[in-house]
Parts: sequence; structure tokens; C-alpha cells
Amino acid sequence: MPTSLELAGQLREKFGDLISGPLEFRGEVTVTVADAERIAEVCAHAKAALGFDLLLDLSSIDNYGEDPRWTVVYELSGIGHGCHLRLKTHVSEERSQVPTVSGVWRTADWHEREAYDMMGIVFSGHPDLRRILMWEGYPYFPLRKDFPLAGKPTVLPDTAFTRPAPLEGGPFVTLPGGRDSAAREPRVRTPEE
Amino acid sequence: MATQTIEFKDSAARAVQAAQAGGASPGDDLLDLHGDKLVLNMGPSHPSTHGVLRIVIELDGETITKAVPDVGYLHRGDEKIAENMTYNQFVPYTDRLDYLAPLANNVAYALAVERLMGIDTQLPPRCQYLRVICCELARISAHLLGLGAFAMDIGALTVFLHTFTEREKIYNLCESLTGARLTTSYTRIGGMTRDCPPGWAAAVRRFLDEVVVNFDESETLLTRNRIFVDRTRDVGVISREMAIDYGLTGPNLRGSGVDYDVRKAHPYLVYKDLDFDIPVGSVGDSYDRYLVRMEEMRQSVRIIRQCLDRLPGGPENAGKEPVNVADGKVVLPPKNKVLTSMEELIHQFMIVTQGVNAPPGEVYFGAENPKGELGFYINSRGGGTPYRLKIRAPSFVNLGILPAVLPGHLMSDVVSILGSFDFVMGECDR
Repeated sequence: MPTSLELAGQLREKFGDLISGPLEFRGEVTVTVADAERIAEVCAHAKAALGFDLLLDLSSIDNYGEDPRWTVVYELSGIGHGCHLRLKTHVSEERSQVPTVSGVWRTADWHEREAYDMMGIVFSGHPDLRRILMWEGYPYFPLRKDFPLAGKPTVLPDTAFTRPAPLEGGPFVTLPGGRDSAAREPRVRTPEE
Repeated sequence: MATQTIEFKDSAARAVQAAQAGGASPGDDLLDLHGDKLVLNMGPSHPSTHGVLRIVIELDGETITKAVPDVGYLHRGDEKIAENMTYNQFVPYTDRLDYLAPLANNVAYALAVERLMGIDTQLPPRCQYLRVICCELARISAHLLGLGAFAMDIGALTVFLHTFTEREKIYNLCESLTGARLTTSYTRIGGMTRDCPPGWAAAVRRFLDEVVVNFDESETLLTRNRIFVDRTRDVGVISREMAIDYGLTGPNLRGSGVDYDVRKAHPYLVYKDLDFDIPVGSVGDSYDRYLVRMEEMRQSVRIIRQCLDRLPGGPENAGKEPVNVADGKVVLPPKNKVLTSMEELIHQFMIVTQGVNAPPGEVYFGAENPKGELGFYINSRGGGTPYRLKIRAPSFVNLGILPAVLPGHLMSDVVSILGSFDFVMGECDR
């Protein structure tokens, strides 16, 4: 049975300087792919030759204020050998584009849609890159560090609110529209207002 | 009485009408039998979607030709919220992921943060055994609901009533253990909120003796029930390769014959010392997924019994075994020390205001939850809050296979397939 470190070494042998690392932390092995444009190629090799047949997770990080701004993280696992390997790649804010790996693992389809929805990273070649958790037409990317925790008023009130709530204007009812979510929130409103 | 001729809009019906009328051969009209496809919107509020899942289904007659799931109706931004609070403050949010198994979520989250801090292997043995009991009780509870709702959706209401009787007992056990029935928030980084109360272990044993009888009853109602078998066998077949390709985990993956269980593949807590089996299916249909869940509950009973036998300190903790790690900078010190000793006062203040101090680094921890592998990816830049916390929700990933599974099935099979997937939207949408 190979170990994660050996498999990371094999990946490095195949791709050379493209792969930096491997770093080990708490028993988990991380390698960084220097050129984000080649991530799909590296993933395809990891699946075909190294037995990483299960993509557990795909997450995105906003390194706000740093360059490159985005990091995309792939959690690979192999059912046959039971090893875990983390691939990371960095993307600049100007580019904000990574090739899709949905052709390698089908499960990446929804993961990439989520990363696009939350962070605004575009996965080129994705068969159906639509928002998945937020609604179609939502103008922001809420998991970015410059998006406030309290949310922003949406410019598309019709999409979120279709018709007045039965008790609209009452002390316990969220107001549609409004300046920000604090103004919509009933707990901060006094009935006299 | 005058007869009235009704003009059918449907071309097929027109052809039949023409043939019955003994007119000319319907030839031309029959060639044009393909009617328009019907787009049917299912959900977001539909009894079989167990929450708010919407599926836009394209139908040719009764046969599904295309299915587009639409998720996100329960999106609360848990990952954003996590970035803005300390590690311990996020524990209550994990209750609300898979709200049918809050104890298992608590344990998975605590273990992820503890791995980041490097203390996951230093947990006291009593804590580890108690956590395993919690996880397995949660599994029984979640599977009981999953099976009951599955059976109810395809017409067997009685099973639901049977399984809910037992779930009620689990809720009572949760209440005496944690103080809450649903929103348990039982774990803290480095341990638990409290030890189990006196008599709790004995109550769990009594419950186990009762619940195995209930398993038998439910099985009698379902496993060889002709209607149930007809509606589940060879419905929603997922091949081994397809299941892995779509990242399925948990009973849905094992139903397709893959013996992958995080408790065996990457053992955490004390699972490597415990004796239990991993049931797998052979066909990968709805029926196999049902059988896998049924057997998993029996295995959970087996695990809990072993844990109760070996519980360090005994059921009443006569040995005064600790349930928290000894590090005063991680777990809150005892209250009497806080009020009398300077060092403990400072620790308490720091943990409450700044959070548990985690080192910079990144970890991914996946735990075998009732729905599949619940994973937490934590990226830390040091300090008491995560820089990024990604939740790998098994329900989200499992639903991603629907567009591939549903086409070709009848409309009525959707309910059977959704029921056999056993997803929770609170976890899917986060």
C-alpha cells in the first residue's frame, strides 16, 4: 500500500516543477500546483495513474488583500489505497478562472457551481456553470471577504420578494427591500417607527 | 338525445377516434404520435422532498427524460458565519446541519478543530467512548427517520409510526445527556459540555434492548412486503463506478457495493478497537440502500453495547475519569477555580473572548455521519476564528447524482429514489 507522501512524490516525478511540496501537517499531505491552467491535467493523472478515484471536496479561499487572491483546494481520496491528498492552486483576481475538473470526477460539477456561486471563480469548460445556492440573478458573491456579514440590499427585490407578506409592516415581519438587512430586521424596529 | 362530438387536441387520441369512427386509415396521424414534453415542477414544498428541494422534471408521458434539481432554499451562509465567530461559538450551528443527527455533527466538527490543534489523539478515553455512543445513537435516530419517511412516502404509513416511537426515546436520552432534545451542542473543543448523568448508561442499555425488537417489526413490515419490494427493487440503480464518480458516500455509496466507510478506512475516536461490520449492497437500487440502512442500525447497536461495556470509569464514572483534555487553554476551567485562582480566571477570559487559539495550518476531517461523509475543511491563520471553514455536506454531494439517476424512470419512482437517498436539506444548503 502506498502512502500519501509516496503518491505526492510520484505526482512530482511526473510533473516536475509544476508541483511544489509536499507539505505535511497533522498527517495530511498538501501539494501546490503552480500553474492553475494545468490543474485538470494533474487531476486527470492523479485519478488515472495514482488511483485517486474519489473527489471528496472542492473549496475556495479568498486571500483578500493578497496576490494571488483565490486559492482552490481539492481533497482527493482513493477508495482502493485509502490515501488522502490535498491539491491547491492559486489564481489571480484579474484572471479568476480555473479549468474545470468535472470531466475527471462528475461530482466536481456541483462543487464548482458552489465555488462560482460563493466566490465568483469561473471554471472554464464547465458544462453548466450556474448559481446553485443563491438564486439566479443574485448580483454578489457572498463568501468573498469584502462582502459584509450582514449582507447587502439586493437590486433585484422582485426576485427575492414576490408579493407583500400578510402582516407586512407589523412589528414582527421582515420588510422587503430596505436600506440594508438591519433595516429589514424586525428585532431592531420599534413598532412606533 | 343529440350526441356531441368532442375534438381531441392530442394527436394520438385523434387517431384512435378516427379509427373507431371507421374512417380512413389513421396512418398519417399515428406517425405524429410524439406529443409535446411536459415540464413538471416538483417542490420546493413537496412531502417527499423532506424539506425544500425543487426538481424541474421533463416528462414524456410518465417517463422522465430530464431532471434538474434546484437547491439552496435553506441557504443560511453557515460558512460565512463561521468565519466571524470563535470555534466554540460555531458548535450550535452544526446542530442545524443534519438536524436529524445533531450529536454526530457536533462530534465531527469538534474532531476537525481538534485535529487542527493536534489534540484529537489526546482526548481522554472516556470522552472518546462517549462520543462514539453519541455518534451511533445519532445514526440510529437518523436512519429510523429516514426509513420511516421512505416507507411512508411509498405508502407504508405504519412503519413511520413505529420508528417514531423509538426516536422519541432517543430524544429523551439526548435530553438527559445534553439538556436539549434537538439542538444538543454537546461537544466543545477538547471535550464535552458535561459527563453523562447518573443512570444514563443503564437507560441506553434498556433502549437498545427495546429498539432491536422494533427493527424486527419494521423489517417484517417492509423487507418482504410485495408492494415495498416492487416499488424499490431495480429502481434508481447506481453502479459502483457511477457512485464513486459522483462522490457518493455513506449508505448510498455502500448500497452500490463499495465497502468504503470512514470508520474503517480512516478510523477516528476508538472505532479501530470496536468490532462491527460494514454492510454493502449488491445491485445499487433503492432496495439495497434500504437494506444497508437497516443493517447499519443493528451494527450501531452492537457498537454502543461494546462502548457501554468498556466505558472507562464505569457507567457512573466511579473512577472519576476526565471527559475533557487537561489543557487549561483549550477547555474552560471549573467554575470554582475561576473564582478563586488568577490563572484559571485568565484562561476562562481568553477562551470566552478570544476563542481557543489554533495554530496556522489547514486540515480536512471527514466523519462517517448517517448521511455520508461529513467533512470540515478548516483553513486557519492562527487565532480563535477560522479563516475559511468549508463544510462538505454529504446530502449536497449525494443529490448531485439525481440528474443522472432520474431519467428513464417513471414519475412515481422519483418518490422512491428520493426516499432511498435519505437527504436533509438543512445540511445540503448550509
